[in-house]
Amino acid sequence: MARRPDVWRVLTEPLIRQNPVTLQILGICSALAVTTTMATALTMAVSLTVVLTLAAGIISSIRRHIPDSIRLIVQIVIVASLVIVIDQVLQAYLAEISRALSVYVGLITTNCLVLGRTEAYARHHPPLPAMVDAFGNGLGYSLVLLIVGGLRELFGKGELFGVVVLPLADAGGWFTPLSLMLLAPSAFFILGLLVWAIRSWWPEQAEAPEHVPPGRAEAAE
Amino acid sequence: MTELWTLFLTAAFVDNMPLILFLGLCTFLALSKRPDAALGLGVAMTAVLGVTVPLNQLIYSHVLAPGAWGWAGMPELDLSYLALIAFIGVIAAAVQVLEMVLDRFFPAIHAAFGVFLPLLTVQCAILAGSLFMVERSYSLVESTVFGLGSGVGFAVAVVMLGAIRSRLAYANLPSGMRGLGIGFVLAGLMSLGFAAFSQMAAAS
Repeated sequence: MARRPDVWRVLTEPLIRQNPVTLQILGICSALAVTTTMATALTMAVSLTVVLTLAAGIISSIRRHIPDSIRLIVQIVIVASLVIVIDQVLQAYLAEISRALSVYVGLITTNCLVLGRTEAYARHHPPLPAMVDAFGNGLGYSLVLLIVGGLRELFGKGELFGVVVLPLADAGGWFTPLSLMLLAPSAFFILGLLVWAIRSWWPEQAEAPEHVPPGRAEAAE
Repeated sequence: MTELWTLFLTAAFVDNMPLILFLGLCTFLALSKRPDAALGLGVAMTAVLGVTVPLNQLIYSHVLAPGAWGWAGMPELDLSYLALIAFIGVIAAAVQVLEMVLDRFFPAIHAAFGVFLPLLTVQCAILAGSLFMVERSYSLVESTVFGLGSGVGFAVAVVMLGAIRSRLAYANLPSGMRGLGIGFVLAGLMSLGFAAFSQMAAAS
């Protein structure tokens, strides 16, 4: 009976509270590069979630047979094989998006999120909870990707999924697109502010200050 | 020669790995709290990229590329889908060998690299260097220059961020902004600066 809420907790915990991107600093490499539009962000998010879930399932089901000394190589090879499959599927059915994603699909292999979850969780847990945990982390990652991608596409082009939401000024509407939103720096800013927002909501996530200012340190004594 | 120099500058500044292409951000943010650690990471990145990209170029063009087995009577054999696994294997092996060689012959440098070398096996930027090499079909010389250029670009960026963050350690930031949050905003500001390089490249 106690099992059900446990699985539920494992699934929902990484969504916001233990979000892999904003708290664990895992997998941000690809999180930013693919978020200029919602379509690429969604493709990337789905690919990563699929790879992560399957990799966690496979690795956790053979976890007793992998010798400790070569486990990293084994894990990387499993992940790389899954990524190759995803890459071929994308090239076959979504050629345009696959070209827009360029090398970033291949980079799922070295996405720290995948190795981090398999190393930290799947290696010590049976397949079902491992896959649930991986799926939850994939969803948490997707959530961040979609928020950043949505903001960038909305304010950079006035569109969502290629559908016009804010009519542009040069097409007779009122909205002047912020072209900065499509450039690299905006992704850093949005993610930084997102981290700030989440950590203000849950102050226990804030990192401890490295140095206490002298004035306050004296006051505390 | 000028083309190679242009390629080097492009790889280092215009297509800067962490700031413009968002590659290798995990280590970029995690290890940039102090400039000296950042310098070690930057040098290790340059060494590994400079070795693995040309190595992978050789393997790709002689083993994996479509038609590479023409001399053996199998011109239609196309192994390019194996590129990912091959590259990862080569990178892991190269990093291991590099570490052993350094440990044996240059223990001082090895000690300076510390823990960074083995970490680089799963660094997105290293793998991306090889993948870009395939996508843009560089020759052996070009891929060496490209690898070194990207490594230098990464080193410059990470040392600069490390310097800024070590100054900011004494600043009184809002609690939610400490660490990761301010790291992102700083990287964004630096990225704005580096975006100027691409404007210069476009103008010339």
